[in-house]
Amino acid sequence: MYGHDFPVPDDGPAGGLLDQVEAAEAALRAAAGRGRPGPEDGSTADTDPQDYFAALIDADQKIEPRDWMPEAYRKTLIRQIAQHAHSEIIGMQPEGNWISRAPSLKRKAILLAKVQDEAGHGLYLYAAAETLGVTRDELVEMLLSGRQKYSSIFNYPTLTWADVGAIGWLVDGAAIVNQVPLCRCSYGPYARAMIRVCKEESFHQRQGYEILYVLASGTPEQRTMAQDAVDRWWYPSLAMFGPPDGDSTHSQQSMAWKIKRFSNDELRQRFVDMCVQQAEVLGLRLPDPDLRWNESRQAYDYTQPDYAELMRVIAGDGPCNRQRITHRRRADADGAWVREAAAAYAAKRTAERTSDRATVLA
Amino acid sequence: MTVPRQGRAGWPLWEVFVRARRGLSHTHVGSLHAPDAELALRNARDLYTRRQEGVSIWVVPAQAITASSPDEKDAFFEPAADKVYRHPTFYPVPDGAAHL
Ligand SMILES: [Fe+2]
Ligand SMILES: [Fe+2]
Repeated sequence: MYGHDFPVPDDGPAGGLLDQVEAAEAALRAAAGRGRPGPEDGSTADTDPQDYFAALIDADQKIEPRDWMPEAYRKTLIRQIAQHAHSEIIGMQPEGNWISRAPSLKRKAILLAKVQDEAGHGLYLYAAAETLGVTRDELVEMLLSGRQKYSSIFNYPTLTWADVGAIGWLVDGAAIVNQVPLCRCSYGPYARAMIRVCKEESFHQRQGYEILYVLASGTPEQRTMAQDAVDRWWYPSLAMFGPPDGDSTHSQQSMAWKIKRFSNDELRQRFVDMCVQQAEVLGLRLPDPDLRWNESRQAYDYTQPDYAELMRVIAGDGPCNRQRITHRRRADADGAWVREAAAAYAAKRTAERTSDRATVLA
Repeated sequence: MTVPRQGRAGWPLWEVFVRARRGLSHTHVGSLHAPDAELALRNARDLYTRRQEGVSIWVVPAQAITASSPDEKDAFFEPAADKVYRHPTFYPVPDGAAHL
């Protein structure tokens, strides 16, 4: 639409994932159709809420906001959904850095749409978290005060335009692998938000892949720039799946509650196996000398990311931690007068309407 | 005149319903915060219909919704449970009767 069109390699990287999202959506409808567990006559009044909750989880039914749920289930979900929402919000910054310098109007329009989507993802997720009884103010406060975290990946800098491509391909790609199973999460509002998010993510991944594809088939300098971006983003992307299974603290209970469906290492492996072929199509190298097909495992052997670095970045000591949170706090403070003005205007309008009505009645 | 400092807290929660296409009813899609109905509609458009997901939007203050029960499983719906005769499948159709 804006100038030249670039060829997209056939069979883009996200095809299979969209099918999985659709399958999750179909499963959600099917579960709803099966009705709720319990006696044939539908009587549920005498069921113990704890048993009923377990029966719903067991039957792959969704838990809805006003259902009874264990306090720990509620807390786990609030923490996970909030951190997910914060990640979408902070995640706008690394790419936002390139909006004013995108190489063409077409690229700028695409990047704007992508970053706007990420804001939308944050808002869908905040709305899902609020159904669990936490307020938006509390959530925002927890991000700004650093009491809740966001994904460590967004604490890395975007040094060149190729980084925008690498983020779309690898970071959004890893996010999709993480998020597609969440479309089947036992908590209804989270599952529904994830279905929406995943459908939009596939555009993100493809646009990034296409940026890299164009650069990789461009001048030697462009090629080098693309390779450099992949070199820098590969291991941080692998670290997005979290610590190895042995060290993962929340995993088992989350699996039992069907919040989580696969372990960190399973998802990381799935991501590596997808990327190898996609990198070949790009003609770019994944920066891992030990990456090779393992016939007996039917999967690629690969070098683990540096988990000590992951822990440092999570603890606040990454390249951009301070910059990201300072920027977010400033944006929040700069927006305060807009929020206040809008609220004052709404209050004035309500008062006017009330007095109009009073006049009519008099 | 001083404006009371409300911050985000002054913005109520709105539930958003979208009609995807003509012929379909409005469906709940999520919620958002906005100071008034007009801005709630604009925010809903930007948040829930960026890809032409709808032809009509309703926004409703979340506080104005009355729910049937504190949870989704109480006895509220039980009166319907023992009235199978409300479903056509309750009635055997004699052999040979058509168009029933
Ligand atoms: Fe996102
Ligand atoms: Fe994304």
